[in-house]
Amino acid sequence: MNTKFTTDTKLESEIAYFENINLKLESGDIINSFKLAFKTYGKLNTDKTNAILVCHALTGDQYVAGNNPITGREGWWSRMVGPNKPIDTNKFFVICSNVLGGCAGSTGPKELQNDSDVAYGGNFPSITIKDMVKAQSLLIESLNIEKLFSVIGGSMGAMQALQWAIDFPDKILNIIHIAGALKHSAQNIAFHEVGRQAIMSDPIWKNGKYFENNEVPERGLSVARMIAHITYLSENAMHRKFGRKLQSRDIISFGFDADFQVESYLRYQGKSFVERFDANSYLYLTRAMDYFDHDETFRKNIEFSHNPNNHLKYLIVSFTSDWLFPTIESKIIVNQLNSLSREVSFLEIDTDKGHDSFLLEEPQLDDVIKGFLTNNFAKIDE
Amino acid sequence: MNKINSIRKDWSLIETLIAQDRKILDIGCGDGGLMEQLENNRNAITHGIELNRDLAANAIARGFNVIHGNAELDLSQYSNNSFDYVILSQTLQAMMKPKDILSELLRIGSKAIVSFPNFGHWKIRLQLLISGKMPVTESLPYTWYDTPNIHFFTIKDFLNLCNEMNIVIEKSIGLTSKGKQFDISESVTGVNFFTHEAIFLLSYKNFEPIKIKSSKKVFAKNSVIAN
Repeated sequence: MNTKFTTDTKLESEIAYFENINLKLESGDIINSFKLAFKTYGKLNTDKTNAILVCHALTGDQYVAGNNPITGREGWWSRMVGPNKPIDTNKFFVICSNVLGGCAGSTGPKELQNDSDVAYGGNFPSITIKDMVKAQSLLIESLNIEKLFSVIGGSMGAMQALQWAIDFPDKILNIIHIAGALKHSAQNIAFHEVGRQAIMSDPIWKNGKYFENNEVPERGLSVARMIAHITYLSENAMHRKFGRKLQSRDIISFGFDADFQVESYLRYQGKSFVERFDANSYLYLTRAMDYFDHDETFRKNIEFSHNPNNHLKYLIVSFTSDWLFPTIESKIIVNQLNSLSREVSFLEIDTDKGHDSFLLEEPQLDDVIKGFLTNNFAKIDE
Repeated sequence: MNKINSIRKDWSLIETLIAQDRKILDIGCGDGGLMEQLENNRNAITHGIELNRDLAANAIARGFNVIHGNAELDLSQYSNNSFDYVILSQTLQAMMKPKDILSELLRIGSKAIVSFPNFGHWKIRLQLLISGKMPVTESLPYTWYDTPNIHFFTIKDFLNLCNEMNIVIEKSIGLTSKGKQFDISESVTGVNFFTHEAIFLLSYKNFEPIKIKSSKKVFAKNSVIAN
């Protein structure tokens, strides 16, 4: 495979170019050439046994740790990944790539079409989780890594980790699957649909061609983010954080200003999201999650895989207050793996922080991830 | 014996019942202490279930395959005959449906190891007889209103249940309250009186797993072949 690597100084990111590779997508469409933006942390050891792929969630990017030049803030999982952190970059070589269809440097609707100066926009082909993982596997291959020690992800990242276990079990040793499911539920699809409708009914969206006039469908995208953000929290966490507290005022206004702190918070979330995320990319990636469904097929895929997968170890984690990917969804995966006598660990962490718990301060999550990685790595290192 | 010593003693006796290189499920595995012992001393492949969240998290962090879950709800997910041994140490008396659990143990495992405190021990009988109150002892240290132990039974009760369920007792070890060890099956009189704790190695009568071998895999199907 002929892969070109460059560094994008503005994005502070590595870029891998896969040219004339004719990547066949699950939809049947073919992408002739594509690029993936990625970051690495730590050092690959001489035997190349310490590589970990971290998969980001819906609105994440390759900046898992360190500085994110797009937001000017710390990477999205910098509390988890770094020197002496649970995913310890003194010990492990951590790779994180922006997914195919994303908007932080990888090929997606925001990027220019092959051999032209026009962006894809709505002409970008439909992407699935399987396609994202296929692209990642090409990246890993071109980095000359035969076997990943672990694939780790939460939410959409968990979907990718599961897809790795299905499609490339021979190229990984274990997965850590956090706050995920075998399928995107009807309720989850429903929330995504509301978000997409918000974007598509923004007059500036123009069938995805807003970039032609250098415009952004800000209103639609920020409403989509506000709705989604509610689903990432829990009623208790919202109550604890905001209650009915008023924002910068002592009495209600009898109008439609952001009287309440929770309103002001959501408006801020919506606004700051617009500055860093592409509306079309949001449409494509939410769709990829909607299409994810291994409800009927996961067990069969694992049991009758052409690739040997008996060696795989699984760590499955859920959160008590996560109503987007509730514990029952994780337990279905655990049940199916146990029925096949696979090596699986499962923990439901007690927290009121909702689906977003995996990004937040949860000491028990740190403990199990660190312990699972350290102990399993010690076993292969013997 | 205090509780910790009693558990350690229990574990070392359980270890003597287990052959090398076997696959084991430890129900109520805590933070993985017994699993660790069996991995080190018996080269076992271990899996565990633990109800307590913090203990399960510790066990996972220590590198063991542990499911945070409830044995009474979650055992059904395991396939027939998928373990060589299933261990239930000191918890049968705390189960809602001990009989169902016993049959589950022997469905999942070729053999089951069950240990429990004997409610027929003379100290317990004496306490109830003399004081007229529910006994509180070293092995059953809870008052009646906050005990996790909801099904009290004696060795005799257990033997009767095994008989009724066609369960074969392959080995049985008794411990006196002083920690003296003896073979329950060889002692005729007074066993139920002097045994403080009992450990049983169980299997099904005439249980013959049918194994279907393909080039890559071995499929095991359960089947109890009746006489």
